[in-house]
Amino acid sequence: MSEQAHATTGTYLRVAAILVMITLIEVGIFYVPTFQTVLVPVLLFLSAVKFTLVVMFYMHLKFDNRFFAFLFGGPLLLGVAVVVSLLFIFYGALRLRTGT
Amino acid sequence: MGLDSRKMAFWAFIGSECLLFGSLISTYLVYKGRSLTGPFPHEILNIPFTSFSTFDLLMSSLAMVLALAAVQRGDMKQGKLWLLVTALLGLVFLGGQFWEFSHFVHEGLGLTTNLFGSTFYVLTGTHGAHVTVGVIWLLTLWVQALRGKLGPANAMTVEITGLYWHFVDVVWIVIFTVVYLIQ
Repeated sequence: MSEQAHATTGTYLRVAAILVMITLIEVGIFYVPTFQTVLVPVLLFLSAVKFTLVVMFYMHLKFDNRFFAFLFGGPLLLGVAVVVSLLFIFYGALRLRTGT
Repeated sequence: MGLDSRKMAFWAFIGSECLLFGSLISTYLVYKGRSLTGPFPHEILNIPFTSFSTFDLLMSSLAMVLALAAVQRGDMKQGKLWLLVTALLGLVFLGGQFWEFSHFVHEGLGLTTNLFGSTFYVLTGTHGAHVTVGVIWLLTLWVQALRGKLGPANAMTVEITGLYWHFVDVVWIVIFTVVYLIQ
């Protein structure tokens, strides 16, 4: 894993095209009533794909030393765990209070 | 390990930023739907406008990698161009955010109006402050490049700037989904 090896200009352009297409899909399904029941998981999945593409190709984590991935991935996982834990704690407490 | 110490330190900084934005996003989600008075998100958020801002920021990330690639191969003419384009796209995003905030205030949504206003302005405002720092950083690099003080030998400086800029972009990817699309 070289620290200097990066993607080509063609790859950057292809990634940009995919990012724009995913954004168009996200906005598109937001307005389609049929997708309302699966809107949240689909949007979260598409957002995660965009996030991964930028981090892997534009921030070069795919090509860089894995230690950088560790430095970023560790706190990122901790941050996601904080979000999920707080949501469980808060909504769990709310359900207990309201009895639903 | 033979790694650049500045890059390593910057990745650690970005990791700490994940925790900052993680806590702000948590706060937004925890108070989501708890506002007792309006305006409420579905009444005020403008999806087409924010979609354009998202597109703008994604394109700025593309311009940033093109700037880095140009500087690395010693093509400073292209490097200067793409650095300027990145900064200008950042300014467009900030202009959009200023317009959005002004519009919301005009519609009656202030920082202390309700829980949505407080969490929305703190989250998106913190992101906007990061974009502002990024634009100043990019313009500083551009001026250095104009003065001939930026070349392939300083490519790591441009790469670290790029890491910051792309991080600001990925944070917006999450905010766009969590705040604007999942209402």
